[in-house]
Amino acid sequence: MTSTIAFREITKRFGRTDVLCGVDFSIASGSVMGLIGPNGAGKTTLLKLLLGLAQPTSGEILVHGERVAQHESYRARIGYMPQITRLPENLTPAELLAVIRGVRGHSPSVDHEIIERFRLGDYIDTPLKILSGGTRQRVNAALALYYRPSILVLDEPTAGLDALSSTTLKDTIRARRDEGATVLVTSHIMTELEELCDEVAFLVDGRIGYVGSIDELTERTRQSNLERAIASLMIREVA
Amino acid sequence: MNAVVGTLARTQARDALRSRWLFVYTAFFVVLSEALLRFSAGDANAVVSLATVTFTVVPLGALVLSTAYVYNAREFTELLLAQPVRRSSIYAGLYLGLALPLTAGFLAGVGVPLLARGGGDPALRGAVVTLLAVGAALTLAFTAVAFLIALSVEDRLRGLGIALGVWLLTAVAYDGIVLAAVAIFSDRPIERPLLALMFANPADLGRVLVLLQLDVAALMGYTGAVFARFFSGAFGAIAGAGGLLFWIAAPITAGTMQFRRKDF
Repeated sequence: MTSTIAFREITKRFGRTDVLCGVDFSIASGSVMGLIGPNGAGKTTLLKLLLGLAQPTSGEILVHGERVAQHESYRARIGYMPQITRLPENLTPAELLAVIRGVRGHSPSVDHEIIERFRLGDYIDTPLKILSGGTRQRVNAALALYYRPSILVLDEPTAGLDALSSTTLKDTIRARRDEGATVLVTSHIMTELEELCDEVAFLVDGRIGYVGSIDELTERTRQSNLERAIASLMIREVA
Repeated sequence: MNAVVGTLARTQARDALRSRWLFVYTAFFVVLSEALLRFSAGDANAVVSLATVTFTVVPLGALVLSTAYVYNAREFTELLLAQPVRRSSIYAGLYLGLALPLTAGFLAGVGVPLLARGGGDPALRGAVVTLLAVGAALTLAFTAVAFLIALSVEDRLRGLGIALGVWLLTAVAYDGIVLAAVAIFSDRPIERPLLALMFANPADLGRVLVLLQLDVAALMGYTGAVFARFFSGAFGAIAGAGGLLFWIAAPITAGTMQFRRKDF
């Protein structure tokens, strides 16, 4: 199976702190990879390196076989949903979508579908400062999925979402995966990752502790589910 | 200006125009200008007072509001950086989206009360136009300085502290430093170094340019007096304008470079 995203011996140092040390794994095309790890493990940093928000100290990242370096064109294929984001509060969802259209220079083919899917129609012209945290997070989801990207990078995507919106988002992620999109998602909710992911990568202290399927992990750790399997890995790391 | 810069500048400007702080900033200058024009002993005195207050408040407003803006917009900036766009275009869009509304706020705040009086004394029009132009230039310059600070310092409180420090240095302590230098080196020819020191502070440079239009050198600080002696007339205006343009271009260039290499 070909890989859409490949991290090759990635190291990232901030000052004297090594945040990532030799991270090396690939994500198969058309699969969902869950990135798991305790707070401060380096998950968000790894996502930022993939998006070009930061540069690795050493190593390389390949997207569709091409090295991600200084050029920005590869990001046209990526939809990014950050962990609860503060966007300009006086703007409306319609204006934010217009910004993304203006920045990308063309309109998506499914303009209204994504707005309806995340039930944003009634709020489309309402300033963000008036919207609830959950509705704002739905706006974030719409911004990430607006262009039907072939790569989705989602950082704690269901944080702050109500049950219906969370289900809608997960259904959308699965549908996009079935259409061939590759997804990299972080979450602290293990049941959510069990629902969504084909594989998981466990990151601890900036190093990869495990990469593979959830079934293989539960089998290896002799645990009944992902949450217990990850807890078991964390206990081993501490020991 | 490319399409990305235009889109971002318009969006950010729209956000700023709907915000309370820009209204308060503009209203401050309206009230200040109106009060000085109404209660000063003559229009010349009003313009001198307006210049003095303006060139203290404009750097403060631009530094504090812009530094806070960059920190507050960090997550939006990251969302933009995840799009297929050059970093320099994002920087330009964000900068113009704040600098232009701030400049418009200043121009409206000072300009409208003057226009309401038919432009005031015709003999003072040169000084008034210079005041507006210098105020706009200082807004652009100190906004760029604030961007550079906020992009260079990760910690928000430290960044705001440095911005306030820059304001204290340029708008408050500068004349004192120059006077101390004059006192210490009074037995040496220090006119050239003093000249360089004047160009090192855009707020002082701007104040001198306005006061030169009014021929009130006696009201100027020591630095201004020296500047007037060296650069009275057209050459002084051109040299001063060049200095201000440098103070706009240099921090914008440094800020763009910092933005392009920064890890978010």
